[in-house]
Amino acid sequence: MAYKGRAHRFGNDINTDEIIPARYLHTTDKAELARHCMEDADKDFMNKVKRGDIIVAGKNFGCGSSREHAPIAIKAAGVSCVIAESFARIFFRNCINIGLPIVESEEVAKAIRARDTVVVDTHSGIVKDLTAKKSFKIEKYPPFMERIIKAGGLMESLNKRKR
Amino acid sequence: MGYTITEKILLAHTKLKAIRPGEFIDAKVDLCLGNDITAPFAIEEFEKSGTKKVFDKKKVVLVPDHFAPAKDMKSANQCKVLARFADKQEIKNYFEVGRMGVEHALLPEIGLALPGDLIIGADSHTCTYGALGAFSTGVGSTDLAAAMATGECWLRVPESMKFVYHGKLNKWVGGKDLILHTIGDIGVDGARYRAMEFCGETIENLPMDDRLAMCNMAIEAGGKNGIIAPDKITERFVKAIKNKAKPGFGRKYFSDKDAVYCDVREYDVRKLEPVVACPNLPSNVKPVRAVKNVSIDQVVIGSCTNGRLSDLQIAAKILKGKKAKSNVRLIVIPATQKIYLEAVQEGLAKIFIDAGGVFSTPTCGPCLGGHMGILAEGERAVATTNRNFTGRMGHPASEVYLSNPAVAAASAVKGRIAHPEEVI
Repeated sequence: MAYKGRAHRFGNDINTDEIIPARYLHTTDKAELARHCMEDADKDFMNKVKRGDIIVAGKNFGCGSSREHAPIAIKAAGVSCVIAESFARIFFRNCINIGLPIVESEEVAKAIRARDTVVVDTHSGIVKDLTAKKSFKIEKYPPFMERIIKAGGLMESLNKRKR
Repeated sequence: MGYTITEKILLAHTKLKAIRPGEFIDAKVDLCLGNDITAPFAIEEFEKSGTKKVFDKKKVVLVPDHFAPAKDMKSANQCKVLARFADKQEIKNYFEVGRMGVEHALLPEIGLALPGDLIIGADSHTCTYGALGAFSTGVGSTDLAAAMATGECWLRVPESMKFVYHGKLNKWVGGKDLILHTIGDIGVDGARYRAMEFCGETIENLPMDDRLAMCNMAIEAGGKNGIIAPDKITERFVKAIKNKAKPGFGRKYFSDKDAVYCDVREYDVRKLEPVVACPNLPSNVKPVRAVKNVSIDQVVIGSCTNGRLSDLQIAAKILKGKKAKSNVRLIVIPATQKIYLEAVQEGLAKIFIDAGGVFSTPTCGPCLGGHMGILAEGERAVATTNRNFTGRMGHPASEVYLSNPAVAAASAVKGRIAHPEEVI
């Protein structure tokens, strides 16, 4: 799959409290969660983000609470992919489980500038920064995760296995 | 090559003959846990998948503790989702308000988490039960849904880091200071994806409540789990549980002498003083004495980290016969109903109330900026909780300093961050 959008940059250790503050966790309405996406890291984020855009961040993105509301809010906000130098582990597995594409690469996360137009192709393992005219190779997902992603998420992959 | 305790527990929960770090496994879970924030999504996913029954109704635990007693209508609806599901699925380990406690204090207290267990919970602080020699880790809502349906969870076998502590702890220094000091050393991603194994003579002499506080915060260093090998203290703790929710005393696992660690860190704790984690990261750790003239508006003593009886006893020792500074809100929240009752019977509740404090029913409440003590813009708190991220306890422009209960109590009296010796 390929994802194309403009880059929104964030720093290191962006935690799930910043991605979706606890004051909005009293709902499972995805659209409502999306309205507050990244609010405590950048309160204008939802005014700036367009469908397909890409979040680019530093180290340890998604650290803190296990709330799946964080990747759900990002996905429902229309963000197509998150690129970071590294991800916190629960956030990482939540993304795999709900089918939010992520790229863990120090090189790519450091090189992409805010507002660059980026194309991420997880299938061929290539990220292109169209604005800077640069291309990067990224590691493909391990087969175990690829199976979950291909099925569209963990529950879908389990259902497939059942059938 | 030998195995670490973490690897042994994981291996015992698979059909495999051997495992190694980095490998993906499907592990059988002994218990899976959700709360009023994470379980509603899990229940939605579970029902959407068409699964009729949970894999084992004795192995699913639901605790409405975050926004409970319900803080508003939306929270009430979320709690109702749990109650209805528990009823429909005949889940006995559903804990209604009045019987519930902060989940990670409640489960060990009633014997639902035992040595050798493999426990997953849709709450990041599920790593707490490692204090009992269990493998326990936080996961997401979809993981909980899958575990409720299949009894299994996918895991990547973590590399292990060994933390060895030497020497006797100073007065007013506890498990909270050990773990904050450690996070300060390795950083908030210093143990990312890894198991944190705590050992050494300091740990061997460390009471269970302090061990629980340490393993509780493994996640704050990015750790997958925190773990301490079971010993006499573990045995005494488990044997003392009345009306245990689960039969038996678990199974003991120990790391082999030739187990492989990706990193070994040694600490001499004899010079360790009480510390605080300054805003806005748990790794921003400084000795209390180095933090001067930081005035505060609120003190919170409670949470899954430090809301246990010994935490309240320490705070009461400092607060006995004293008053919280007139402009400071002191909020004390015992983590479970049992602790609440014991605190009343021991006279601790009276000490807190006489000091001008609030003494509340169990809830996670203020720790995550839910309710029962939200900070206004520009306000500052000292809390015995586990996170001090931007806006964690309320307004994005408020601040949280993390400390042990003695420092929190002393700070309430002084109206600024204070060392317990300034008060006693």
